[in-house]
Amino acid sequence: MKNRRLASLSAYPYVVWMAIFVVIPLVLVVFYAFTNDAGQFTTANFNEMGSYTMVFVRSLVLSAAATAVCLILGYPVAYVLAKESAGVQRIALMLLMLPMWINFLLRTYAWMSILENTGLLNTLFSDIGLIALVNKIGSALSSSYVPIDHFQMINTQGAVILGMVYNYLPFMIMPIHSVIVKIDRATIEAAQDLGADDVTVFRKVIFPLSLPGVLSGITMVFVPSVSTFILSKLLGGGTTMLLGDLIELQFMGGAYNPHLGSAISLIMMIIVMVCMALMNRFGDGEDQAVML
Amino acid sequence: MAEKLINLENIHKDYGGKVVLDNINLYVRDKEFVTLLGPSGCGKTTTLRILGGFETPSQGVVYFDGKIINDVPPNKRQINTVFQRYALFTHMNVYDNVAFGLRISKVKESEIKERVQRMLKLVNLPDYADRAVSSLSGGEQQRIAIARALVNHPRVLLLDEPLGALDLKLRQNMQRELKAIQQQVGITFVYVTHDQEEALTMSDTIVVMNKGRIQQIGTPVDIYNEPKNAFVADFIGESNILDGVMNKDYLVTFCGRQFECLDKGFAPDENVDVVVRPEDFELLPPDDERVQMVGTVKSVIFMGVHYEIMVETEHFTWMIQSIYETHVGDRVGLLLTPDDIHIMHKS
Amino acid sequence: MTNKKNGFWGRFLMFLMLFFLYAPIFVLIVFSFNSSKSRSVWTGFTTDWYVKLLHNSAILNALYTTLLVSVLAAIIATIAGTFASIGLYNMRRRWREPLLQVNNIPVINADIITGVSLCILFVFLGRRLGFELGFGTLLIAHVTFNIPYVILSVMPKLRQLDNNLFEAAQDLGCTWMQAFVKVIIPEIMPGIVNGLLMAFTLSVDDFVISYFTAGSVETLSMRIYAMTKKRISPEINAISTILFVTILLLLIIINVREARQEKAAKKRREEFKQ
Repeated sequence: MKNRRLASLSAYPYVVWMAIFVVIPLVLVVFYAFTNDAGQFTTANFNEMGSYTMVFVRSLVLSAAATAVCLILGYPVAYVLAKESAGVQRIALMLLMLPMWINFLLRTYAWMSILENTGLLNTLFSDIGLIALVNKIGSALSSSYVPIDHFQMINTQGAVILGMVYNYLPFMIMPIHSVIVKIDRATIEAAQDLGADDVTVFRKVIFPLSLPGVLSGITMVFVPSVSTFILSKLLGGGTTMLLGDLIELQFMGGAYNPHLGSAISLIMMIIVMVCMALMNRFGDGEDQAVML
Repeated sequence: MAEKLINLENIHKDYGGKVVLDNINLYVRDKEFVTLLGPSGCGKTTTLRILGGFETPSQGVVYFDGKIINDVPPNKRQINTVFQRYALFTHMNVYDNVAFGLRISKVKESEIKERVQRMLKLVNLPDYADRAVSSLSGGEQQRIAIARALVNHPRVLLLDEPLGALDLKLRQNMQRELKAIQQQVGITFVYVTHDQEEALTMSDTIVVMNKGRIQQIGTPVDIYNEPKNAFVADFIGESNILDGVMNKDYLVTFCGRQFECLDKGFAPDENVDVVVRPEDFELLPPDDERVQMVGTVKSVIFMGVHYEIMVETEHFTWMIQSIYETHVGDRVGLLLTPDDIHIMHKS
Repeated sequence: MTNKKNGFWGRFLMFLMLFFLYAPIFVLIVFSFNSSKSRSVWTGFTTDWYVKLLHNSAILNALYTTLLVSVLAAIIATIAGTFASIGLYNMRRRWREPLLQVNNIPVINADIITGVSLCILFVFLGRRLGFELGFGTLLIAHVTFNIPYVILSVMPKLRQLDNNLFEAAQDLGCTWMQAFVKVIIPEIMPGIVNGLLMAFTLSVDDFVISYFTAGSVETLSMRIYAMTKKRISPEINAISTILFVTILLLLIIINVREARQEKAAKKRREEFKQ
């Protein structure tokens, strides 16, 4: 109809805007990844990335570890939550979601003051005598033991993993929960009717059916973990450089190398796209994008 | 004022090659209740939308009160529409919904108040002015939609399957109410439905459509008693349709014997469709001398108002509606009067 | 799901989880009132740090920048996003689906990619057209990542609209523009407002994208980041608390609105069945 076509015109300014500010920048990233300063085509940037394989590996390993922890912690919570009444679920979900919206920076900063050498936990440990106890045991076990006055929690890889888990745990809980909740009660009752006990029902009915949600959860934790850069700086000190830090360094640090930065960004984009494609194929949840 | 308030001449409509309306010619008189009747996809709603101005015909002319209105947009036509799902404005209350058209026409608020109140009384919802749309039941929303359209005093009201979403009892009540409103207000209604009972109940004239073509136009009685082709016969009411041969005027052969009938004008020994309504059969004991066919009862279903009986005869299995109970396996005799047999050209 | 309710352990687990999530934030807030510089040893209650905030010009500037960019970006993104949604809704599916996929790119992409790609664009254009990264580029970046969320908020409302609403308005005498303004816009207004609130919240909240595109200008998050690198005073706690409470309020508003709209829509659907 004539009017509809007219109406669709109002989307054109938006299309132009997206082309300029979303599509072209990404094209530029690809372009920069494959060129050098003189503008010539080269794969040198990707070669240079080879010297940073440790960073890649570390990012992937830490993200994987964080994802695993989130899964182990998150699945039970999702399962338990799914059994609550609707009202409780709604409130609980909202409470789970709220921290997501609080500034990432603030949440990470909160952990800093808890994990610091003179931070909350260490002060607590020293006050209750835990540190003194550990020192006693250590001295008793080995003659070369050096007494400590705090547990080193911050500026470790463990702290980074903790940061990732803390920030992204709800992203694991929510998809799993939404899938479990949708399981038709009749399916479970049918299994019980056919003789399955609770454990078997879980193993053979609930868990397999929840896998799409698990896959979504894994993606939604792994992807941001792999691309984070503040966490490592604030919680990991200088010791754990991740992909995100590496990229940031190329653009904001002293060594301004947008080509290398683009190459790394391109790789990261590919990792993200692969994860997303996997999630779309096998996962569940049309609203995941909105939740992000 | 033209006798034909609305006149559709040679209307043709296609969507990218797909023909939706083919050679539609019909007219509507003032104060008439006309129903466009047919199965889904027959083109009845498209025809209605052409009248309302929401579609333009690919070919053909739309006359309104003698003037061509093909290019007149919907907001300038003296026609109002009641949509299938009411399309009430949920961000306004009942009063503002009904007053909407009047406000666009810049009618004075004092006059608006009076007209809205009168209209709400007409649809039997006098105290509903302040209610929110979301608090209304389906039937109430229906009536507000009607009020919102009628308050503008259109010459014609278009209704697009307005009762489809209501349950049976409510639908039947609304049918009576709509008919009463139409007669009280005294304007033309053009009504679209696929429900033939609804059409038969409410209309002055029925236009039966199928696959974009008009099959028959007539009064409910005409359409029911004298269907012009097999489609109409089958669509309206129940029918038995079978092959026959028209030997000569008033004489037809089917089921292996000749019957007297009231139709004429066919070629000698022309192959024709024979239509008999299930309720027209008379059931007799099989040895009664008046019996024309004998058969065995195959199934009996109790339908409340009557029994639906399938009787298998030598050549054909008949569907019969009878108020008398029979049993599966009974032998029965069938009798038809010439009046009950309808002949039509093979379609 | 199953008939069995949660036992003690189930509830305990959930509580533990919520405790884990909120404890650090709680600590953050509590220590913003601490009378000593320590962020881990409580010495007494004071609001000094909040007072100090008010005199911290760097923070106040950053706050002003953040508010300005967030309000502007939210308004622009909402208007643009609403028009875009209407346009997209009226498009043929063939064009609409791929465009919606493109729309989702900023949503799905990691923030750092969006930030880096825009940075490259701005530097590239800046060198040729002679401008520097600053408030302008920051605003453009914010609008860019806000629009998709507005669209995601408005499109569903458009889809829920009765097909015939626009025609009903015309049938009752409206011109095209009148139908649009008097009927369509009010009907989708909840979606528009939600989009506005969400865009504003996202802008206030953003760090990574601003970091790469703000150039010489500083947002609140960037200021906090700079402060954390030096790890100085509980002023950070104070400003964090303020930020947290603001966002909390915004989110509560959004959620309550959405819950109410859900309820009304559900009721409408049930009524319609009669």
